[in-house]
Amino acid sequence: MPDEIVLTLTVNGDKHRRLIPASRTLLDFLREDLGLTGSKHGCDVGDCGACTVRVGGVPRLACITLAAEVDGEEVQTIEGIGAAEAPLVAAFDKHVASQCGYCTPGIILSLSHLFEQDPAADDAAIRETLGSNICRCTGYTKILAAAREVAARGGQTR
Amino acid sequence: MSENDNRPAWATYPTHTGEPAEGGVLGRRDAKIDGRARIVGAAVFTDDLKLPRMVFGKFVRSTQAHARIVAVDVSAALALPGVVGFATGAELPKKYGVIPVAQDETAMAIGKVRYIGEPIVCIAAVDEETAHRAARAVRVTYEPLTPVLTIEQALDPKMPHIHEASRKPSNILRRVFQEYGDVDAGFAASDLVIEDVYEYPGSTHVPLEAHVALANPEPDGKLTLWSSTQNPHYVHRDVAHVLGMREQDVRLIKPAIGAGYGGKCDPFCTDIVAGHLARKLGRPVKISLEREEVFYAHRGRHPTRMWLKMGFKRDGSITAIDFKAWADGGAYASYGVVTSYYLGVFMPLPYRLENYRFESHRLYTNKPPCGPKRGHGAVQPRLALEMHIDRAALQLGLDPAGMRKANCIEAGSETCNGLKVTSVGMRECIDAVVAASGYAERHGRLGPGRGLGLAASAYMCGALHPVYQNELSQSSVQLKVDRSGEVTLFSGTADCGQGSIHMLAALCAERLGIEPADVRVIEGDTALTPVDLGSYSSRVTFMAGNACISASDRVRERLASAVAAKLGVESSALSFRGRRVFVTSEPERGVSFVDAVWLAEEMIGPIGEVGGYKPHKIGSRFRRQSVGPSPAYSFTAQVAEVSVDPETGIVTIDKIWVAHDCGRAINRTIVEGQIEGCVYMGVGEALYEEQRYRGAMMTSPSLLEYKIPTVHETPEIETFIIETHDPNGPFGAKEAGEGPQLSTVPAIANALYDATGVWFRQPPFTPDRVLAALSRKVT
Repeated sequence: MPDEIVLTLTVNGDKHRRLIPASRTLLDFLREDLGLTGSKHGCDVGDCGACTVRVGGVPRLACITLAAEVDGEEVQTIEGIGAAEAPLVAAFDKHVASQCGYCTPGIILSLSHLFEQDPAADDAAIRETLGSNICRCTGYTKILAAAREVAARGGQTR
Repeated sequence: MSENDNRPAWATYPTHTGEPAEGGVLGRRDAKIDGRARIVGAAVFTDDLKLPRMVFGKFVRSTQAHARIVAVDVSAALALPGVVGFATGAELPKKYGVIPVAQDETAMAIGKVRYIGEPIVCIAAVDEETAHRAARAVRVTYEPLTPVLTIEQALDPKMPHIHEASRKPSNILRRVFQEYGDVDAGFAASDLVIEDVYEYPGSTHVPLEAHVALANPEPDGKLTLWSSTQNPHYVHRDVAHVLGMREQDVRLIKPAIGAGYGGKCDPFCTDIVAGHLARKLGRPVKISLEREEVFYAHRGRHPTRMWLKMGFKRDGSITAIDFKAWADGGAYASYGVVTSYYLGVFMPLPYRLENYRFESHRLYTNKPPCGPKRGHGAVQPRLALEMHIDRAALQLGLDPAGMRKANCIEAGSETCNGLKVTSVGMRECIDAVVAASGYAERHGRLGPGRGLGLAASAYMCGALHPVYQNELSQSSVQLKVDRSGEVTLFSGTADCGQGSIHMLAALCAERLGIEPADVRVIEGDTALTPVDLGSYSSRVTFMAGNACISASDRVRERLASAVAAKLGVESSALSFRGRRVFVTSEPERGVSFVDAVWLAEEMIGPIGEVGGYKPHKIGSRFRRQSVGPSPAYSFTAQVAEVSVDPETGIVTIDKIWVAHDCGRAINRTIVEGQIEGCVYMGVGEALYEEQRYRGAMMTSPSLLEYKIPTVHETPEIETFIIETHDPNGPFGAKEAGEGPQLSTVPAIANALYDATGVWFRQPPFTPDRVLAALSRKVT
């Protein structure tokens, strides 16, 4: 494996081409090289979900993904959320589903993928998705309430 | 205050003036003013900060539990390209710690190590990876000493002292003995005595954000330090002390914190060593702990062995309590002196008790230091007490809910150990969870493998007596009113997720008749914000809230006097609401809030005010009762419903009903979130969380091994807010962030008895323990 690679990555719609150490994780690339600090270091071994981003639309743990693995892909971080995630953000805000907020960006990206797949996701699907993200503050009640509200609205518009 | 008429004077001090709820903000379900920033990842945490020429520090940590450090060889580390320097413990010899009588810790080990994971050296390098590699290249030579690992060993005078300077006969940090009434006479007069032993395990906080510090040496010789701390004030003091600097030359800034739950109350090696290395190297230094290191930094729940003897009358009243606790505190004191008191002082709440004796020992062992975790010291004894209550009810043929209610203390009463209780919603809490869960009809009737359990508890709202005895404010708030109508609120508090930023904005908005979002809160920056003692002992809403109302009322007086002069009415005739100041009896007659600010500035000059809070001196019958008294107490009741699989021993918590007397909900959604967060942590402690050791080696220093509940293990939680309008609380508010932590585990334990007929006296209630107990019961 070479020491350095040239990485081409589209992040939140912006194309980047950088020379990086081959060992650089996607999380460090986003945080250190691009200054996108919304994705968090929680455990650095893929246990907690605080680093969750979307790669090609699919949630991925950036702390255990090498940047080199996703060369040429499209990455979405919490900084790249837009109209699609607006209802989710509004519901989290309304229900105070974020206490300290350290886990929240990862949870928003996990759920945004779920609701993209199924705007009216049922409780089992919501819980299955949230199983990938640890929140130590809320006991999940307000997070579930926010997600259910988004799902209920998704059900109406279908 | 007619309902308070028969209360003693100390229960009716009016802390604030003005009509409550006039501004229309209290009790609403507003989104937090800082909510969106946290949700969309825009809130800036310490690890998100970056400075030019910043280097990274990485600790070399002890592989020995108890050993002399013979030699430390950093030559191989320093030879690595990119390594810029290092610091050793000997460079920072001053001991520190928040509790003045127990300052036994240095930033890194000097001469000997006392637990596996203790920092010895810190290596600085241009990037984290290099620092990590360099730290691994450091060679430490040890001369092993006998490790002290258990409560028995800590009490054994033949074992070596972990702290050589100690004059105690064994590894005891603090022994507390208190006795009230006549305990022996109480037992003699009892119809039933229950005596048993309980073991409460150690557990840790697991904030998702690790401890991080970033230090910047300023050109004028001063130091700026960003720290993920719950207690900016104490970190400020201790960093200056250890670095030999004047406090005014250190600026401590607390960015957003990825929670703490008590785990970020101490000053840490990160803070002190980052500050030291930054000054030594002349460039910014960041130290971010890795997840494994957070487990060694610890300061979590003390593993505690407890012996509890209680006497009861046939009617369920309590004649006496005799209680002993031994807390295995790890290698350093942290808040352990306080723990030794909290283990005992809250036992006379919430049930009437005249005769009480307790003795606690907080011990040193060669393990990571324990400290304050949510419900500090009061969680462990509550399990024993609430299980004893259920056991007594069963033996006396009484309804556990009715027995608890019949023995509740009243508002305006004083406990046998001198705790003065200003408001009590205990019965209402019990009624709420009993009704919602169908406890009266379903308890004892769910059949094998299913059960319901009830528990109640009480907790403090900040300590009456500050850690450093003085007459200064324990919380202070400063307000600046801009001509635009924006109010900037400066406070030394540390919002660690509990919502104190929003709480301050809401109280200020309530008094000034504006919206919380009109208030910009600047928090936790010693250069900008007046002192607040910090986010511990559930003090922030009560104390900073009162300081905020005091400052807001002073601004209000200024605006009111200007508007009153303009309108030709008395100030007292004015109301503040809906961003307007108007004549209460003629609401259409008034001015906008912005106009009121302009009028006041024309008349008086620029508008800025301060407010402080310290609890009223309420006196005590007991001269030495300095730890335990609080300006108010919160109350909680919970019912847990559980299922037990007899084949696997797996316990499932089906639902928890919880009711909490928070005095008054300033924001209902945030209060619910605090209660639910407590229950969640209780579920973790009941079923999963335990710091396990093989010898001196922690076997679970990662999230893979240390199991915390995910959404799948977290039960449905139904929450009830009980409001009792405490006479001294800010608009009647009390705490909500810790009290509910106390009764979750005992409610689950009592439900387990209902399901299995076994009293499980040692959490966590893991499948192996449940199966073992069930098989013993069968045979």
